[in-house]
Formats: sequence, C-alpha cells, structure tokens
Amino acid sequence: MIISLNHYLVLGAFLFCIGVAGVLTRKNAIIILASVELMLNAVNLTFIAFARHWGDATGQIFVFFSMVVAAAEVAVGLAIIVVLFRHKESINIDEVNLLKW
Amino acid sequence: METFFFILFAVVAIFSGLMVILKKNPIASVMFLILALFATAALYVMLMAPFMAAIQIIVYAGAIMVLFLFVVMLLNLSKIQEGGVSALKIIGALVAGGIMVAIAVVVRSIAIPADSGFLRELPAEYGTVESIGRSMFITYLLPFEIASFLLLAAIIGAVVLAKKKLE
Amino acid sequence: MNYDYNLSAIAVPLILAAGSVLVLLTDVLLGKKAKDSAYQTTLTILALAGVFCFTRWGTGGSAFFGQVYTDGFTSFFNLAFLTVGFLVVLNSPNYLIRNGIDHGEYYMLILLALLGMTFMASAGDLLIFFLGLETMSICLYVLAGFHKSRAKSNESSLKYLLLGAFFTGFLLYGMALVYGQVGSTNLAEISNYLAEAANPLGGYMGIGLALLLIGLTFKMAVVPFHFWSPDVYDGAPTPVTAFMSTAPKAAAFAAALRIFYHPGIELGIPWENVLWVLAVLTMTVGNFAALAQTSVKRMLAYSSITHAGYLLVGFLASNELGASGMLFYLFMYGFMNVGAFTIAYLVNRRGKGNYNLSDFAQLGTKSPMLAALMSIFMLSLTGIPPLAGFFGKLYIFSAAVQEGYVWLVVIAVLNSAISVFYYLRVMVMMYMREGEDLADLEKAPTVAITAVICGLAILIFGLFPSPLLDLARASIIALL
Repeated sequence: MIISLNHYLVLGAFLFCIGVAGVLTRKNAIIILASVELMLNAVNLTFIAFARHWGDATGQIFVFFSMVVAAAEVAVGLAIIVVLFRHKESINIDEVNLLKW
Repeated sequence: METFFFILFAVVAIFSGLMVILKKNPIASVMFLILALFATAALYVMLMAPFMAAIQIIVYAGAIMVLFLFVVMLLNLSKIQEGGVSALKIIGALVAGGIMVAIAVVVRSIAIPADSGFLRELPAEYGTVESIGRSMFITYLLPFEIASFLLLAAIIGAVVLAKKKLE
Repeated sequence: MNYDYNLSAIAVPLILAAGSVLVLLTDVLLGKKAKDSAYQTTLTILALAGVFCFTRWGTGGSAFFGQVYTDGFTSFFNLAFLTVGFLVVLNSPNYLIRNGIDHGEYYMLILLALLGMTFMASAGDLLIFFLGLETMSICLYVLAGFHKSRAKSNESSLKYLLLGAFFTGFLLYGMALVYGQVGSTNLAEISNYLAEAANPLGGYMGIGLALLLIGLTFKMAVVPFHFWSPDVYDGAPTPVTAFMSTAPKAAAFAAALRIFYHPGIELGIPWENVLWVLAVLTMTVGNFAALAQTSVKRMLAYSSITHAGYLLVGFLASNELGASGMLFYLFMYGFMNVGAFTIAYLVNRRGKGNYNLSDFAQLGTKSPMLAALMSIFMLSLTGIPPLAGFFGKLYIFSAAVQEGYVWLVVIAVLNSAISVFYYLRVMVMMYMREGEDLADLEKAPTVAITAVICGLAILIFGLFPSPLLDLARASIIALL
C-alpha cells in the first residue's frame, strides 16, 4: 500500500467527525472547546495534504492563519469560561439556563 | 516505511482523538489532545511541511494547551458529573457519523487511483522556512496584518472579560 | 516583481485599525479626566471613515495580488457597516453608563468588528474572508459578554462562542475542500473553475461549497442554524444586539454574494432546491416564533431571522434586480432594526427590564414623538408603502418572480402578512391600550437623536428610493 492523498483526507474526515461528536455529546465547556480544536486540527491536516497534492504553499499559509484564529478563539473562550465559573461555580453547560440545544 | 509511519501516527491520532471526547476528567482530555496534535505534527512532516509541524508543536501543543491546562487547574474542574447515555449523545453520534459517511463517499468517488501516492513533483524549496516566509511576507502580507489586529482584539477581549474589576 | 500594495485600496479598514488603537490610547491617557473621550474619538473616526468611503467611491480593480477588491460593492457595504456602527456607537453611552460598563474597550471592539466586516465585503481571497469573519466574530463574542456582572450576558457570549467556533470548523473544512478542488483560494480563480468545469459541483467542490454555505448561514442566522440567535440577542447588551442583528448579517450576505454570485454559472437543481427550502423554513419558523413572544427584544430577534429568509429569496433569484434589492434591503434594515432596538431599550427603562410588550402602553400619549418613530420602524419592518422596507421587499420579490420562483414569492408574501400581526401589536399597545401609570421617560438625547436619524432615513429612502437603488445596482454590476 502506498500512502496517497485519499488516505490523508479520510483520516482528516475521521478526526473532524470525532471532534463534531465531542461538541455534540459533551457538556463540559472546556471539553467542547477541546473538541473544536480537534476539528480545526483535522481541517489543518486536510489543508496540508491538499497543499502537498498541488505542490502549492497557499495551503500551508492557510494553516498558519487557522492556528492564529484557533489561538484567539481559545483565549477568548477560556476567559468567558472563567467568568461563567465565577457566576455559577460550574462550567457544565446544563447550568447555563439559556442553553437549549 | 512511509506506510508504516502513516499507520502508526494515524492510529495514535484517532485513538487520542477518541480519548479527548471520552475521558471524564478534563485534564486527561487535554493531555490526549496534546498527543493528537503531536501525531498530526508528525504527519505534517511526512507531507513535506516541517515548518508547519514546528509551529503546530510550539503554538498549538505549547502555548494553547498550556492555556487550557492552566484554566482547568485554576478552576479545579476535575469532578464534573455528566449523565450516561442520553438522546443528545445518540443524536450527536449519528450526526457525526452521517458527516463521516458523506465525506468518505465523496473521497471514494474522486478519480485518483487509490495506490498511486502523490503524483506531483515538488519544487526543491517546497515547505522550507524560506519559501513560506517569502509568500507570507510578500503575497500574504495583508492577511498577516489582519491577523495582528485579530490577535489584538482577542487580547483586549480576554483581558476585559477575565479581569475582575476594570478601572 | 510588482509589489501590489495599494494602500488607498484599504483606506477604510486602515482608518478603522488606526482608530481602534487611538481609542485605546485616548481611553488610557485621557479617560480619567474626560470620561467620554473614547466615545467622541470613535464617532470622529467613524465619520472620517464614512467621508473617506463616500468621496473615494470604488471604481473597480483589485489590490494586494487580487486579495482585496476596490469596487463599488466594497464601498457600498463599507458605507452600510459604518452607518450602522455610527448609529450604534451614538446611542451606546446611555446604556453603558447606566449599567456601569462604560469602558473604552467597548468602542475599540466595535471598531475592530467593523474592520473585520469591511474585509469580508471586499475579500478577493478565501483567506481574507476567513480572517475578516473571525476578527468580527471574536469582537462580537466579547461584546455579547461585555456586561459580565450579569449572568445572562455571560451565557449569551458563551453560547455564541462555542457554537461560533463549532461552525468555524465547518466553514474552514469547506474552504479546505474548495482549495483541494481548485488548487487556489483566490475567488476569481474559483469562479473561473466553476465557469469552465463540465460538472461544477463534482469532486470535492459540492461538499466544499455546501460546508461553506453552512458556515455562512450560521452567521446569517438562517434556519436550521438559527437556534443560537434569539438567546444570544436576548442576553447581549441591547446596543450590541442592535449591532449584531444588522451589520454581521449584512457582512455575511456580502461575503455570500462575493463567493456564490456568478450569473451565468448554473450550480444545478440541487443547489437551488436547498436554497429554496432554507428560505421557506427561515421565513416561516422565524415568523411563528416571533408571534409567540411577549418580550419585544426577543420578538425583534426572531423577526430578524424572518428577514434573513426574505434576503435569501433575493439571493436565490440572484439576478441583477434581486442582488441590488438585497443591498438596498440590508442598508435599510440597519436603520429599521437599530432604531427599533434603541426605542425598545429606552422604553424598557420604565418597566422591570424584561422588555415586556406592556411597557409600551400609553407611549402614544406620554411621548408622541417616540411612538411615531417606533410606528415608522414597525411599519417599515412589515413592509408597508411608502416606507423603505416596502421597496426592499418589492425589489427582492419581483426579482424572484422574474426568475420563476412564483410559489416562493407567494409564501414570502403570506409570511409578510403574518408578520403584520406582531409588528402592529406594538402599535396597538402604544396607542390604544390603557396601562398602569408608568413613570415618565428619562431624557436621553443621544438615543432620541439616533432614533430620529433612523426614522428620517427610512422616510426619505422610502419616498425617494431610486438614488440608493441605482447605487446598489451599480455596485452589483461592478461585482460581475
């Protein structure tokens, strides 16, 4: 078996779906955020595989910026979670009365 | 050889990914996330992107994950109770499975011969720090500057929210 | 090598970027002595950017290696964002001071959110679009939670952030697949690919564009990705809600037009069917949920979902009239919604803070001017001639009829008729209901000025819609 683009894509899709499942099933806000990171990481893998496929640097540059965005989202997200904890002494999203998804 | 390493890192990534969403304890979850990030960084190297692999480990596994662990330990969150199997969990798993199937079908339908490897010859400087730097600071200069303001917004935002009393 | 760095192409975002830093500095240096220095600086910067945008109207072409377009479309949306930003900032201090959250960072975040939106509207590359969207979103997450001593505000921002980040994942995945199919993230090249490919949606392209659309419809609050919006709008500080329900929606539609609007390229029947179903669901679900609300703030939140549905009708029609109708409608919707939220906030202060419909009782006798303005906003949102909201709907619906979507327009008109009920309920309350004797309204000149500007704009553009429509049409032609 020679490893080709499709293998990387399927692996990326698999990791992405693990992330999606984590967001949809977990109730701990921190783990939800971690699952989102897993999704973004899977997308980054897809980007880099496509960049290798096209022999083009754009995909790698895109990954760089998606890491920047992930860092920014995590920083703000964790700040919000800290405030939530001050309010509720918990970060279980069931405690968040407004959240009805 | 390449096949062996791909399978090794893919298995590690998937296993630790599953552990992230299955572990009860957030600290364990975040630790497995770091492992998953390391495994993907190794795959980046195999895809001729060593610079991105380094960034992944320094920024992602280093900075972001430390922030995660810091908050988890600051808030002392290890004992959150979650219910067992619920309708939510089943629906979530079904949705995720559905997306997976859709993407797998698309990937299978693409007419790239399955066992051909990567077809394109890469230029000699592909993926080096120099070539990445060139395109980042020439072609993609504007996105780079926008990203700096994005980070400024995030810093100010995080401080505004997390600080107890603003002057 | 030609370094394509034409700074005048990004003059408006540059002013906003420099302004955001300036606001932060003035707040730190002068904030102690002159409390409203950040406020005044922000208004000056927004006015300056507006003047710049208007006097140097885009004439076409691109800069930064095709990553940013400098056409009329960019200028039109920049003007719309700056107008909404100006109106929101103008009436903010009242709310902020009253709730003890008058920090300069608020204004800075609004400026940076606007910066992100300008890049979304002018993006010629998926990367610019992505970064613009995220800059905007991160500012909005923080702004939604800006009233952090209130649990509801915090919950609102948490919900927005978790779901926003989740859908960012889908958006980014879509971009990765589109890049994988085309080999470039440049919108012009993607458009070329779509025009030349035998099967435009074949390969990774179909699912890539679908995931991109999911990410965008989340920002537009289109059913079935709307569930966040009522709670988030409800929990956020009211000026922020006015901002969130208008400008980001316009930015998302602008980006959608940039990415998906390719006249002459048929994306095929499934694509149209998906948009058709989304439009119908969005209009209907938003409407029926709005009917059931007793809080004016929540009612306006659901009604903004309905309006996203009307805009989708124009998006589906996607001919020149439909697209320029969308631009007109988005511009006017800013005035209507900011005005309505502003008055709702002012009136709410008499009541207990729940934005109850009954707070509006007797407003017609207590403050005839406010009641008249609120009536203008409600009638315009319903789409009664000769107000601006009517013409927006007229252009969009007639464009859809031209394209043969007769049944869709019938459903849209029926929905407009249903919406009369909950919009007019506010007016009935103001003029016909005897309420308990409520305290007089506090004097709030900036809020009143904002409402008057919004009301006048709706009347003027309702009576003379053609200049703005011509401008919108010229912008759309520039897009081709």
